[in-house]
Amino acid sequence: MAYTRSQVLLCGGTGCTSSGSRVLEKEFIKEIKNSGLQDEVEVAVTGCFGLCSLGPVVIIYPEGTFYSMVKPEDVAEIVHEHLVKGRPLARLEYKETKGDKVTESLKELDFYNKQTRVALKNCGIINPEDIEDYIGSDGYTALEKVLLSMQPQDVINEIKASGLRGRGGGGFPTGMKWQFAANASTPDGVKYVCCNADEGDPGAFMDRSVLEGDPHSVIEAMIIAGYAIGASQGYVYVRAEYPIAVKRLQIAIDQARDYGLLGEDILGSGFNFDLDIRLGAGAFVCGEETALMNSIEGKRGEPRPRPPFPANKGLFERPTILNNVETYANITSIINRGSDWFSSMGTEKSKGTKVFALGGKINNTGLLEIPMGTTLREIVFEIGGGIPNGKRFKAAQTGGPSGGCIPAEKLDVPIDYDNLIAIGSMMGSGGLIVMDEDNCMVDVARFFLEFTQDESCGKCPPCRIGTKRMLEILNRICDGKGEEGDIERLEQLALGIKSAALCGLGQTAPNPVLSTIRYFRDEYEAHIKQKKCPAGVCKNLLDYYIDDDMCRGCGICAKKCPVGCISGERKQPHVINPIPCIKCGTCLDSCPFGAVKVAR
Amino acid sequence: MSNVNIKINGMDLSVPDDITVLEAAKMNDIDIPTLCYLRGINQIGACRMCLVEQKGARALQASCVLPVSEGLEVWTNTKKVRDARRVNLELILSNHNRECTICTRNERCELQKLCQDLGIRDIPYEGEISGHKIDDASISVVRDETKCILCKRCVNVCRNVQGVGVLGPVGRGFTSRVEPVFDLSLNDVGCINCGQCIIHCPVGALKERDDVDKVWEALDDPKKYVVVQSAPAVRAALGEMFGFPIGTNVTGKLAASLRRIGFDKVFDTDFGADVTIMEEGTELIDRIQNNGVFPMITSCSPGWIKLMETYYPDLLPHLSSCKSPQAMEGALIKSHFAEMNHINPEDIVVVSVMPCVAKKFEVKRSELSEGGLPDVDIAITTRELARMIKEARIDFENVRDEDFDPYFGDYTGAAVIFGATGGVMEAALRTVADVLNDADLEAVDYEMVRGVDGIKTAEIAVTPDLTVKVAAASGGANLRKIMDSIREGGEFADYDFIEMMACPGGCVNGGGQPHVRAKDKLEKDIPAERAKALYDEDKAHKIRKSHQNPSITRIYDEYLGKPGGHKSHELLHTTYHARPKIKES
Repeated sequence: MAYTRSQVLLCGGTGCTSSGSRVLEKEFIKEIKNSGLQDEVEVAVTGCFGLCSLGPVVIIYPEGTFYSMVKPEDVAEIVHEHLVKGRPLARLEYKETKGDKVTESLKELDFYNKQTRVALKNCGIINPEDIEDYIGSDGYTALEKVLLSMQPQDVINEIKASGLRGRGGGGFPTGMKWQFAANASTPDGVKYVCCNADEGDPGAFMDRSVLEGDPHSVIEAMIIAGYAIGASQGYVYVRAEYPIAVKRLQIAIDQARDYGLLGEDILGSGFNFDLDIRLGAGAFVCGEETALMNSIEGKRGEPRPRPPFPANKGLFERPTILNNVETYANITSIINRGSDWFSSMGTEKSKGTKVFALGGKINNTGLLEIPMGTTLREIVFEIGGGIPNGKRFKAAQTGGPSGGCIPAEKLDVPIDYDNLIAIGSMMGSGGLIVMDEDNCMVDVARFFLEFTQDESCGKCPPCRIGTKRMLEILNRICDGKGEEGDIERLEQLALGIKSAALCGLGQTAPNPVLSTIRYFRDEYEAHIKQKKCPAGVCKNLLDYYIDDDMCRGCGICAKKCPVGCISGERKQPHVINPIPCIKCGTCLDSCPFGAVKVAR
Repeated sequence: MSNVNIKINGMDLSVPDDITVLEAAKMNDIDIPTLCYLRGINQIGACRMCLVEQKGARALQASCVLPVSEGLEVWTNTKKVRDARRVNLELILSNHNRECTICTRNERCELQKLCQDLGIRDIPYEGEISGHKIDDASISVVRDETKCILCKRCVNVCRNVQGVGVLGPVGRGFTSRVEPVFDLSLNDVGCINCGQCIIHCPVGALKERDDVDKVWEALDDPKKYVVVQSAPAVRAALGEMFGFPIGTNVTGKLAASLRRIGFDKVFDTDFGADVTIMEEGTELIDRIQNNGVFPMITSCSPGWIKLMETYYPDLLPHLSSCKSPQAMEGALIKSHFAEMNHINPEDIVVVSVMPCVAKKFEVKRSELSEGGLPDVDIAITTRELARMIKEARIDFENVRDEDFDPYFGDYTGAAVIFGATGGVMEAALRTVADVLNDADLEAVDYEMVRGVDGIKTAEIAVTPDLTVKVAAASGGANLRKIMDSIREGGEFADYDFIEMMACPGGCVNGGGQPHVRAKDKLEKDIPAERAKALYDEDKAHKIRKSHQNPSITRIYDEYLGKPGGHKSHELLHTTYHARPKIKES
């Protein structure tokens, strides 16, 4: 293997790929060749760096210079300035300004240095399509240790001792799950190891990033899990909407097979294990474990009653463990560095780190990994860089459609599984959506409920009909047709659905509504009683009017109004007739004098 | 099997370890409401009515799928449970077409009963209704999605019990619905018209095509001579519609009621059944003597015939060429009876009362007609007849027993048992054995083909030199097992004679029979109880062999000639043809 003096790392995650990083790859190769540096500089496509909103992202080592929003026409300049002349191109370098201090080096950025990367340790660093890169980063050493020096029960004990809990949402202790499956009897000796990569929460993409950036870490962990419970076949259930993840995972599986790391007699240990991908069609409910197993079996993705639990009767009625991608991504580090190291991070009952997908009204949109117990304030205002445009923080939504909204007064609660549940939300898979004063909390609740009611499998009435009825109530509240008693009706329905629904999807679907009622009841009441939307989001509750003093009578608004509801003499103040007005906002946008106003 | 100790509502109970909490409660007289549950057929925990509170569990548990285990503790009647059931039921009602007073299931609806029992007086969550489609293209089954509660009983009965599987859940969320594939009508997919979906539907979402008006129209037409025939299984179940216990034989009230409704002649399909035995028995003997296709398989059940034509068209030669008793009776009425009474067959309307909705399909088969005149004009179900009796204000409970009209209403015990699985086989064996031995044998009870098992097999020494391997099967999935075996040259390829009935338990449990609540099915074996009524009538009959029916002797002497003869072939035998699984557009 040739050694190079510089490495150009290009993010090949879905975010940067869609903003054009693959074109940059070609440009870099071309320009580096034009400069005659092809033997000295290596170009590598990696997984996600995390700062997706700044893509395409390019990092040049050994300096660790972080270039953001790089365009193809910038490439020649970067090559000439940075790689040929050795001086970083200040124009494109990402800078973080904190007070007077300007930070340029990647490692000093708050976004990175506040993070602790365990599951994401290789993402953005190695080439996911080259097993040698993974092996070069201690890859498959955990597998070697397990197969050659540990008994299956030792492995389970180590995972139990680490305190690792499922990262897919529920937070069930992983070691216990493995123990149940290891203890379960099976008529023909067949057991299965499954990986849930059916990531479906709106805004969450950590599983995709791990599969795109470090697929071998999941493969290695699944082999270890297979050894621990006595399974020799695994399935990764991944949604077909993740084409890059699927492609890289398949390349990784093929390479692992070629290297004898999958298949028969792995590393001469006598242990056999193989792995296949099963594509899902993208139904959210297929992230529910029993629905996922139905789907792998070729049946409709509907949850099955539990018990029997999958550890006893799972896939094809055999003992099965199902863990989420991020959970698996922690396993090799636990084996290599020990459960003590892992459990030294986090809180009493939530050990290790958690990856969050940060989005919404936040400066640094992207993926980050923090130790459990970090506060929401640190995530939002330090790592996330705060709220854009000087707006006020209103709430953060965690746990996706099953979670809830956390208000400003809870910003200092240390984030872990149990604290989040106590404040009416949940960890979920780690979506974290920040909302500012311009977000209407009734509308937010409506958004999530619309999602779950659409994604319900339809098997049980509480979920199928109940979420629809809740949505209908929310719709009428947002439309200004809310009735006295609607909040109570919502609460009653929510509690009924939570206790009666068949699976986790239905049992948690009312959470966004309950948590917003809990913390923002006054907003609901404003909608229902005063017919006002304090955040100015719900269209039917807004009134557009023209300020007489500011209107110059230019007539632009009247000309642009699509329903012709604005009238007035030339050079005289105009008026909006509120009855035909469709509240489209065209007049507001077109008035050169700021005379159009919105009454909230 | 051993016992486990559990606690329900604080009571210490010792129960078998392989049952569910619902069953354990039932055994101890604790009633838990159910809606989607059908023992052994639909245990999917979908409807959430049977919820119980389990110690240590976060959410409420569906007791129909919750296995008992040592130390398990549940409560069936807490506030949390009652509230959840109530909200759930209110939600179901909010998405249900509540035209209850004009619904065919009014007073026999399981949802209605549950709402009464649970005291639902208000529906606080009105909103959009998801179901819109009414699929009435099938000749037998009408699907009304505005009433469907998605319990999936029909789905699992069709797929698992009948081995057909033309109904399934499609769509998701609020728009989920139960439908045939590709938005097609039941008429355009491989539905066998058995109607098992109808009798298992808890509400009015599946029902028979209602032909009552056509019957009234014929009765009201002075130019028409309206003749009715009633199938064996009808008498074993009709009483249920009038409050009689399951398994009550109401033959005499049936005949009397039909006459009061105004039919010109009240005949019995049992006569057609006796003719069928003559023809089918002769066909069997002919196949034995002339090296015909074996096993020979019965052809009485129209659901079975359609299953064969749709899924096993390559094996059609196994089917007996005999028309069904309904069609034989009809053909003889429109020929021999018409000639005897100098009535133009075009003026005769033959109405049949059947335990079956596939018979509605059968009467439309072009093969079952003579010179453009169908053998039977209108087939109605037991349920439809009950509605006619009620509409005509006949006091069914008190009406005095009467007999069917002579000749085409004369029948033997052998014909009565046609209504139960194994009955056709037994009736045939009684005649075949007599014929082959040229004797009047005393042994007439072939117990080995009785009972409600899905597949019954026996080897029977019909004569000292001839032993036949016979089987009697019911329920589509069982029939398919046998046909798959024959197709693959397996066990059943060696059989001589097989009786096949599409509905589990035979016609007594047909798709046209009265609905029985799931709860009653839990307590009683419905097909067995109804079959007992038929076997009792058989036992009480003086004549129990078809060939000994004097009217059978008479019709062969006066009209048909000999069984399997020229006239028989013209009137009483038929042909079959392959059908596509999905109708080509």
